[in-house]
Amino acid sequence: MFSTWELILQQLVNGLILGSFYALIALGYSMVYGIIKLLNFAHGDIYMTGAFVCLTVFGALSRAVAGWPGIILSIVAAMFLAGILGYLTQRFAYRPVLGAPRLSLLITAIGVSLVIYNAVMVITNSQPLFFVSGLDNSAGIQVGNITITYIQMILLVVSSVLMIGLTLFIGRTMIGKAMRAIAMDQDTCRLMGINVNKIIGLTFVIGSALAAIAGGMACVYYGNVQFNMGYTMGIKAFTAAVIGGIGSIPGAMLGGILLGLLEAIGTQFLGSSWKDVFAFGLLILILILRPNGLLGRSVVERM
Amino acid sequence: MSSGDTLLKVEGLSTYYGSVAALNGISFEVKEKQVVTLLGSNGAGKSTTLKTISGLIAPSAGKVTFCGEDITKMPAHEIVMRGLVHLPEGRHIFKDLTVKENLELGAYILKDKHELKRRLKRVYERFPILRKRRRQPGGTLSGGEQQMLAFGRGLMMGPKLLLMDEPSMGIAPLIVRDITNIIKNLHEEGTTILLVEQNAKMALGLADYGYVLDIGSIVLEGNGADLRKDEKVVKAYLGG
Repeated sequence: MFSTWELILQQLVNGLILGSFYALIALGYSMVYGIIKLLNFAHGDIYMTGAFVCLTVFGALSRAVAGWPGIILSIVAAMFLAGILGYLTQRFAYRPVLGAPRLSLLITAIGVSLVIYNAVMVITNSQPLFFVSGLDNSAGIQVGNITITYIQMILLVVSSVLMIGLTLFIGRTMIGKAMRAIAMDQDTCRLMGINVNKIIGLTFVIGSALAAIAGGMACVYYGNVQFNMGYTMGIKAFTAAVIGGIGSIPGAMLGGILLGLLEAIGTQFLGSSWKDVFAFGLLILILILRPNGLLGRSVVERM
Repeated sequence: MSSGDTLLKVEGLSTYYGSVAALNGISFEVKEKQVVTLLGSNGAGKSTTLKTISGLIAPSAGKVTFCGEDITKMPAHEIVMRGLVHLPEGRHIFKDLTVKENLELGAYILKDKHELKRRLKRVYERFPILRKRRRQPGGTLSGGEQQMLAFGRGLMMGPKLLLMDEPSMGIAPLIVRDITNIIKNLHEEGTTILLVEQNAKMALGLADYGYVLDIGSIVLEGNGADLRKDEKVVKAYLGG
């Protein structure tokens, strides 16, 4: 039989996976908020779109390329198309209202979310679709009574690599520095030859591509895709971004993983219907103690 | 281009904020290797003039020519690539980025990484304090150090013309002398400078030529030396 500790450890493994999903999506929220102070409520729908593209492409490829090569190709296609979709929302929905009051921007984001959500709902006839990868979802390593499947391991490795890569990109490259600089002072960036609109567009593309990877991972991990899957995921990832300190890249990762783990522990002790109450209760507590989020900071300034 | 050629030419420039005119068809020019100053009280339109030239604000009428090229409708980030560098009022250091990152962003338009290193080295030689503080966030520097950083970041862009907006603002009086010397050195090295200052004494001490701006129009112009002696200027701006 399972001991309590084994159950907890098993839940933590599950929570880590869930947290990786949250983290990958939270990154897009946080990057976009950091750079133009927009709460992009359409971001969850970009994730959902990524999952759909992945499923569709995988289905189309299935006769020619199956298994992991097919999955990788499908996810690349999803990144590409979600990136374009993210860019288009920025270019045609958000950019025209960037000068308007912040509420207009927020309403626009809700509008964009509804458009994508309903479009996919109509296209899929509100039916869930199933992703048949042909992989063995239960194969894995057994340690005592705890199982870590190969798929879980791959998901963890992929999301870790992505997060490290993004951190290096933002921290080390000239474009990453420009992104951080735009978050502070757009006009000064223009005076330094930075094409601000281009970098903002690129931020949307990167955030959307990350969400699409999460969407592709969801296809493999959960095996089904539905038009409303972006809603809850979006809210959770947004919460993760706020907990970590919205605008902070490491904060989004930390917030995502933390939320995933808290939900897993909540599931273990209170049952799955109470897990959100448990997780969000603790999160409210965190925000009372640290209103800027765990890694949201205010730099000491001198003039 | 030989020395004495016109580098920047502004003709009939008008800029509006909504329906309020901030600039009323001003015209002036900056010749190569000159220091030219724009004087004027608060709200005279000095900063607006610089922002319009560098492309941050779109003018409603008039023309700006730089190195013989019409840059009136060019976006700000493209104007910089031609060597017209605007150091805005208040220094605008990226406070969360390190000193080094601030300087590196100055060379954003530069594709050649070796040239970037060369320029960085030269800036550190000119301002050793920046080398010492290179890993610190820009926001932790003192006002004078931030001004050095703003200069250094501007020099990273390889300017043909530097637009400086109130470099002495909010700086301790002792440090203002350092800033004056920096501008003097840049001038001696052949950098062309358009200087906007409320500190008219400092500005006229540096300038080859000056223009006085009042409520969006140029009301007076002349050689630096002549303006220093001009009764109206002395009365209005030099505390005579």
